[in-house]
Amino acid sequence: MMTVQTISVKSSTLDVSRIRNDFPILSRTVRGKPLVYLDNANTSQKPRAVIDALTDYYENYNSNIHRATHLLSEKATEAYEGARLKVQRFVNAASKKEIVFTRGCTEGINLVANSWGRTFLKEGDEVIISWMEHHSNIVPWQLVCEATGAKLRVIPINERGELLLDEYARLLNGRTKFVSIIHVSNAMGTVNPVREIVSMAHKRGIPVLVDGAQAVPHMTVDVQEIGCDFYAFSSHKMFGPTGTGALYGRAELLEKMPPFLGGGDMIRSVTFEKTSYNTLPYKFEAGTPNIADAIGFGVAVDFLESVGLDRVAAYESELLEYGAQKLSEIDGLTMIGTAEHKASVLSFVLDGIHPHDIGTLLDREGIAVRTGQHCCQPVMDRYGITATTRASLAFYNTREEIDALAAGVRKIIEVLG
Amino acid sequence: MSDRDLYRELYQEVILDHSKKPRNFRKIEGADRQAVGYNPLCGDRLTLFLDVEDGIVKDASFQGSGCAISTASASMMTEVVKGKSVGDAEKLFDQFRGMVTASPDEAIDTEGLGKLQVFSGVREFPARVKCASLAWHTVHAALQGQNEASTE
Repeated sequence: MMTVQTISVKSSTLDVSRIRNDFPILSRTVRGKPLVYLDNANTSQKPRAVIDALTDYYENYNSNIHRATHLLSEKATEAYEGARLKVQRFVNAASKKEIVFTRGCTEGINLVANSWGRTFLKEGDEVIISWMEHHSNIVPWQLVCEATGAKLRVIPINERGELLLDEYARLLNGRTKFVSIIHVSNAMGTVNPVREIVSMAHKRGIPVLVDGAQAVPHMTVDVQEIGCDFYAFSSHKMFGPTGTGALYGRAELLEKMPPFLGGGDMIRSVTFEKTSYNTLPYKFEAGTPNIADAIGFGVAVDFLESVGLDRVAAYESELLEYGAQKLSEIDGLTMIGTAEHKASVLSFVLDGIHPHDIGTLLDREGIAVRTGQHCCQPVMDRYGITATTRASLAFYNTREEIDALAAGVRKIIEVLG
Repeated sequence: MSDRDLYRELYQEVILDHSKKPRNFRKIEGADRQAVGYNPLCGDRLTLFLDVEDGIVKDASFQGSGCAISTASASMMTEVVKGKSVGDAEKLFDQFRGMVTASPDEAIDTEGLGKLQVFSGVREFPARVKCASLAWHTVHAALQGQNEASTE
């Protein structure tokens, strides 16, 4: 039985109560208490429109795309390609040729590391990443460096969780061939100065990939303005379905890159003597794609755009500041990641209390957070900690929910401290 | 059982006491057996020291850091295995593992487990089973003469 929650918050920037009504799951209870979902960096919740789009697809026009000549196939193709156009506009890519649908951000990075990296990296070349990367932007580069003999160089971070740009400048040298950087840190919330990072690399003719998984749900992203060569992100972090995402790549670069996966759809013609490849972006989309979820992804884009990302950013910035303040008031709590410019994430440790116990006891209060290393073991090592507790906000969270989190944490300190 | 009661089951007095004041939390200099237990998913890590003489565990102790459940489990384990034969300690390992991995409504064989039964509540929290069993995997490794145990 669903509990209807009365939310009294009405920010001047967003009508949060109306938005919450669009998300069916937000009215459920967990352990007998209203769900307080603060695990958005892990995955986001979905609005009714996205959920309905999936059902609508399977009930009314499910069909394979690009292949058949019947009505259902036409409708499915139109919806899938329509979703691509939505994603293109969402990040302001110059052309739909530059939007490759992937399984998610991780796959997008792997695509670039393999298709670009294995082709253009040679022994002695260098690839720059940072200390705050998610494993998805570390491991693919480690694998490709091992295969090519290139070396990985890592930009250090300071105590607050900010990139040291002067160290980055020092790392950029004649051997640097690629830079791959996270836009917003999932472990700490740091927002990196990606425009500047790209500009510094481009002065030396070095291409840049930006991992935007945690940026796109929280702020306007304009890939032309950022100037990056590649931008990878996932649907499920931005209120769309799992199993889909997009890689933006500048056409000039994508043209020069060999295919990533081979199979149907990415070819123009196949003989045993020679196979020729399809045009962009299809060259990089082998096999029947995740059609339904790409369409759902497009609906999530529509939803976000109707709310307005600038208003989302403004609302979340207030909420994040409120959250940081309430948590800092708790004795024995240390925030991890206190960069000047942050988004969404409140990561912390409690003296003498293990994150696992915090997670379990917050769960008792209906509060969902993530505890652990957040797929960022280097960040944990950098601060000499084994794990943190991470609350991560989205535009449907409220001050009341932050209050519940703070109260929950205080209770845990009483029980376990 | 209500959700509140479930949590009280897991974080009950005995477990909280053992986690805040772990017994045998020391090193045994020159111990005959030593093993390290590690849970890569959360970073819980413990080093176990055993003195075994004539097939009897004469002394057991541990060092390391971890969550309340893993610390309490290690503390109680060291108390319980002291004075037991290697064979009996291994039997306890099997029983403990059986208890924490049973499904919540399954009947479990608690004979011989004594106060270790306080961990039966962890069955309701599958994510924490590894926390409770880390110490036992580690003592099993030590008794088998191995140096490392992992929950994976």
